[in-house]
Amino acid sequence: MEEQRTRKYVWEFPVRLTHWINALSILALSFTGLYIGMPFIHATSPDQYIMGWMRLVHFIAAYTFMMSIIIRSYWSLMGNRYASFKIFFPFSIRKLGDMLEELKFYLLISRKPPSITGHTALGGLTMLIVWVIFIFEIISGFALYSVTHSGAVWTILGGWLVGIMYLPTIRLYHHLLMYVILAFTLVHIYIVWYSTSSEKNGLMASILSGYKFVTGKEQDI
Amino acid sequence: MKSSSDDVLHEMTETLESLAKKGVSRRDFMKFCTGMAALLALPASFIPKIAEAVTGGKKPILVWLEYQDCAGDTEALLRVTKPTVGQLILDILSVDYHETIMAPSGFQAEKSLRDVVENHKGNYLVVVEGSIPMKDDGVYCCIGGRSAVDLAREVCGNALATIAVGTCATYGGIPAASPNPTGAVGVKEAVPNATVINLPGCPANAENISATIVHYLTFGKLPSTDKLGRPYFAYGKRIHDNCERRGHFDAGQFARQWGDEGHRQGWCLYEMGCKGPETFHNCPTIKYNEGTSWPVQAGHGCIGCSEPSFWDTMSPFYKRLPKVPGFGVESTADKVGAGLAAATAAGILAHGIGRAIKPRKEEGGE
Repeated sequence: MEEQRTRKYVWEFPVRLTHWINALSILALSFTGLYIGMPFIHATSPDQYIMGWMRLVHFIAAYTFMMSIIIRSYWSLMGNRYASFKIFFPFSIRKLGDMLEELKFYLLISRKPPSITGHTALGGLTMLIVWVIFIFEIISGFALYSVTHSGAVWTILGGWLVGIMYLPTIRLYHHLLMYVILAFTLVHIYIVWYSTSSEKNGLMASILSGYKFVTGKEQDI
Repeated sequence: MKSSSDDVLHEMTETLESLAKKGVSRRDFMKFCTGMAALLALPASFIPKIAEAVTGGKKPILVWLEYQDCAGDTEALLRVTKPTVGQLILDILSVDYHETIMAPSGFQAEKSLRDVVENHKGNYLVVVEGSIPMKDDGVYCCIGGRSAVDLAREVCGNALATIAVGTCATYGGIPAASPNPTGAVGVKEAVPNATVINLPGCPANAENISATIVHYLTFGKLPSTDKLGRPYFAYGKRIHDNCERRGHFDAGQFARQWGDEGHRQGWCLYEMGCKGPETFHNCPTIKYNEGTSWPVQAGHGCIGCSEPSFWDTMSPFYKRLPKVPGFGVESTADKVGAGLAAATAAGILAHGIGRAIKPRKEEGGE
């Protein structure tokens, strides 16, 4: 009944490292960002420094997150085929067809799980959209930061956006896209759990170890 | 050399005597010069230079034009309680045309404006208050049968420099707020070839108007400006960074409702939608009405009135974030975010239930 599965190294170390740096920094950024947007903890005495600390953590996490995105983007050029930037552009005819099949599977129309070692076509496209959102969050974040930090570095990283968009508008989209990222996180975890339990491929643990369990029949793209 | 310095001394004494008749003492005058030096971030050695420039022989001609406005900037300048700042400057300048306060009317009034433009071409200052409508050939604001844009092109285009005061004259202000029925714009947009310095604010601070003119009298040129044409001395710092309530922001002490304990304690108005973090102006340090107070000191958050498009981008004034475009009027970012989270959770739940039901059906079928 069960097909024989073998252990296969899929996610290289930089992929796993940046995954967890992203996860932790997104958690930190969302928590402190929510506080900065709507301060839900109130100081009881003036010698506290709650907003000060929240902003410090937000800025440190922001720099960490940016470095992680830079490393991961670099690794999409240098890493193995499962890390390559090519999987994030699934726009060939075949991949678009795959995407339709995968959509049917996730919408419970078909029962044929996507048989792919790395990212599915749908997964690759989702990651591309998320990556664009990440980049916007970084640029808009540095745009807001550049307001009080004058210097070429911050102008290049995001200050230029202030010349195109109004500050309150930048703040609004910086805030709204956080919710999109959090929604993505929920769907991401659920899909991984769903794939792990329906395909028995060890996907959930693979982001720690790097190894997936494959039948050998998967499309190796 | 000796005679020219004697002349300056003579002029200075004359001016001081005429000021003394109006109740401005020598001491008041030096206080004014010191204040101006401080506002322009000049060292103390410039105080005598300012005194000399302000009382000197140069009597620049100034015309004050009003377009789509509420005369609030005129009010702010004229209603200063002590005759030190605004009026002093108005005495030193030769104000040849000011629609609100000039004595002549009708053809005589328009003649004095025409005389300035013709006789002092390239040699007079213009203050513009109010926005200029561009739609339908500018018919929405006409003075003496001529449209505002036509007048502005002639008067500002031939001036030495134009000082746009208030948010309407600088960026269109409230008349330019969506849907901007008259196509209102600021002076620089209406007359691109004019030399314009922007002093936005609602109203522009009389001290900043004075300091800009004093800078011109002292150095013979207008102060350096940022990308939005605003002088750095007045608009180089963010309100939030010089705010007297900033300590409460960093500590985490916020007014959460009008009149609550935090509000009475004078805590930060950030949660009440204060736009200090988005606004560049020297309100916290210069304040209004001779340093009496300013909005945040009076317990009301900043509404960002000196920023371009403030009416559209800074509103709602009592909320941290703008409305989400495409959603209802009452939608805020957090409501949309909560909706998104709920939709995601519901989607996951529906999918999980769907998956739990489906295999059972198929097992039954087999």
